[in-house]
Amino acid sequence: MTPLLHDTPSGDTVPRTVLPPRPEQLASLPERRSLGKLSRNDIMPLAGGLFSAWCTTMLLFGRLTPLSGDFGFVVVFFLVFLCTYAVLVATTEDGPAVVDRVMGVMLTTAALVALAALFSVIVFTIMRGSKALFHSNFFSTDLSSTGPLDPLGKGGITHAITGTVIMTTIALLITVPLGVACSVFLNETRNWFATLVRTVVTAMTALPSILAGLFIFATWILVLGFERSGLAAAISMSIMMLPIIIRSADVVLRLVPGGLREASAALGAPQWRTVWHVVLPTARSGLTTSVILGVARGVGETAPVLLTAGFTSTMNVNPMKGPMVSLPLAAFELVRSPQPTQVARGFATAAVLMVLVLVLFTIARVLGGRPVGRLSKRQARKAAAKSIRDLERIQAHPGQVNV
Amino acid sequence: MSGITTIPAAPDIAAADHAPRKVKAARNRGDRIFYGGASMSGALVLSIMVAVGAFLAYEATDALRATGLSFLTTSDWQPDRGKFGIASVLLGTVLIAAVAVSIALPISMGTALFITEVCPKWLRATLVALVDLMAAVPSVVYGLWGLFLLQGQIIGVSRFINTWLGWIPIFKVTGADPNSPLASSTVYTASAFIAGVVVAMMVMPIQCVVMREVFSQVPIGEREGAFALGSTRWGMIRVVALPFGRGGIIGGTMLGLGRALGETIAVLLIISPRFDINFHILEAGGNSVSSLIALRYGEATGFGLSALMAAGLVLFAVTLVVNFTASWFVARSRSGASSDA
Repeated sequence: MTPLLHDTPSGDTVPRTVLPPRPEQLASLPERRSLGKLSRNDIMPLAGGLFSAWCTTMLLFGRLTPLSGDFGFVVVFFLVFLCTYAVLVATTEDGPAVVDRVMGVMLTTAALVALAALFSVIVFTIMRGSKALFHSNFFSTDLSSTGPLDPLGKGGITHAITGTVIMTTIALLITVPLGVACSVFLNETRNWFATLVRTVVTAMTALPSILAGLFIFATWILVLGFERSGLAAAISMSIMMLPIIIRSADVVLRLVPGGLREASAALGAPQWRTVWHVVLPTARSGLTTSVILGVARGVGETAPVLLTAGFTSTMNVNPMKGPMVSLPLAAFELVRSPQPTQVARGFATAAVLMVLVLVLFTIARVLGGRPVGRLSKRQARKAAAKSIRDLERIQAHPGQVNV
Repeated sequence: MSGITTIPAAPDIAAADHAPRKVKAARNRGDRIFYGGASMSGALVLSIMVAVGAFLAYEATDALRATGLSFLTTSDWQPDRGKFGIASVLLGTVLIAAVAVSIALPISMGTALFITEVCPKWLRATLVALVDLMAAVPSVVYGLWGLFLLQGQIIGVSRFINTWLGWIPIFKVTGADPNSPLASSTVYTASAFIAGVVVAMMVMPIQCVVMREVFSQVPIGEREGAFALGSTRWGMIRVVALPFGRGGIIGGTMLGLGRALGETIAVLLIISPRFDINFHILEAGGNSVSSLIALRYGEATGFGLSALMAAGLVLFAVTLVVNFTASWFVARSRSGASSDA
């Protein structure tokens, strides 16, 4: 071994650069450290802290102090855990690392609280509704001949399901063409008018949903004299959904690669053909997603329907005439009854609504999972087949432009 | 002689025909129809949206003219006697929204940072989907959850805050006696606090989406620079991610605030309406503009409806200001260039 320190001419000793031994000089390679894995130093303070906090809190709540309550237990447990964990980490790490670990725990807790709230909402609604959900009549009859005191074996919510389906369909018929056309307009033109429309649409996303209902109530029902109906509710839902759909469709269309548009323009396509054959097909999955998310918002909205649809317990399939009820409105009205059976029906209705929203949401996720312009396998096969047909057609008629 | 660079003669600027050629696409008939149709749809959407706002404003003038400025200071709601104003309902709305945002803000910020910085990669997509799902759960479901599950659990918290922090005016509860073991808990039910907690559940995902979007755009160079200088993960978050995302944090918070101000059904289900100025958020009873509209639209006469319209107009004006401020913050921040909010 060479000495680590050597003398300089002036007589001071300075450290000398040490080269690490080359791999082939080593008898065995040192074990490679894995950066991603949890080490013993990560896990032990965590486990110890959790265990110690659990014991301390049990002692505090059971023996030492008259504390009680589930919520208090969780809070005290968390605080004790945080302190214990900090002390345990401090035995091996220095100050900044302790702060880092404690903040990591805080961030994780925030996410856990959010998830716990979501799961508690879902599980609680389905559990409270399960009493009514497991009667087949719940999905096959309406409440017209069922009183509040009747058992859960009678009556159901077909009228609300039908109402929701009809209202949503009408709202879709209004919002999808108008919303997509408007977002195409916003994307294809750049002038003061498009800016104005975009600003107003952005402003209208701030419209509280109850005001959409109040507007239709005051105009359609009071001024124009129509009765409360599914159509009125669908129009107020559309007013609420339209800005949401336009905004998200606008964002999706903006993601269509400029190169595709330019390629189309360079091949001589007029702008409407570019939009119809390039922009819209490219953005199809994103557009579907934004429409579905708009529908999910609209379906769950109670306030506008409350003002415009009226309430009924009988089946009504005519959106023009007579009151029509939707799922959220039915849930809202049913739980306000003092009868436990009605409340159970209300919860079951809310559970059905929630499952509906979950399904819509999942479809939106599956469709919107792909980035704009990426084709699924089936779509790619289809596009390839069309391209081959085009080639054959061009080869069969050489020299002709439009065949 | 070959290979000498030729310098073109300097253009004669004085000559008139050197102005750049105007590029203008010739539109064929299809394009003209397309532009016409697109502009029509834009105009239609614009007119619908303007009609809603203008109609609300027009209808509200009756009530506003009758009361003048006292509309903002009266707390009673008896339009048929000419004695009505939104002082108490607006205060209630603001209190509920404030409770909601102050509960939702730490949770949403923590969740957003957890998703972008802490959680393992395989979990990220699932968490993002779950938070988005939370935003899609209908408000009536949250309302039921709050009324039937949360209310029973949270009364203990209300009592705790009142017992220990009751000396702060907003946490005072009239009629509550913390020393009596038999005291009824009904003084704590149906309060602005409970409504605020439920609204927080709806606001949280909205804020979280904006913040996550912004945090995920923190430049990788600055992030790695902090790590290379020996920063811990939290150190990096504190000096890089949080300052970078400030615009998104403020914007997202305000966007959530806008939603909290307009929430109807959950508040209507939980709160018991009262029409006096009530600062005590833990105390039973409160009110909000949107639940006032939902409560009173049915029995309202022409003038009463105009009064409700006026209340709705004030609410809309407030949410509008909040939302535009939010998007201004997001757009102005360094991070806002491509985030959608």
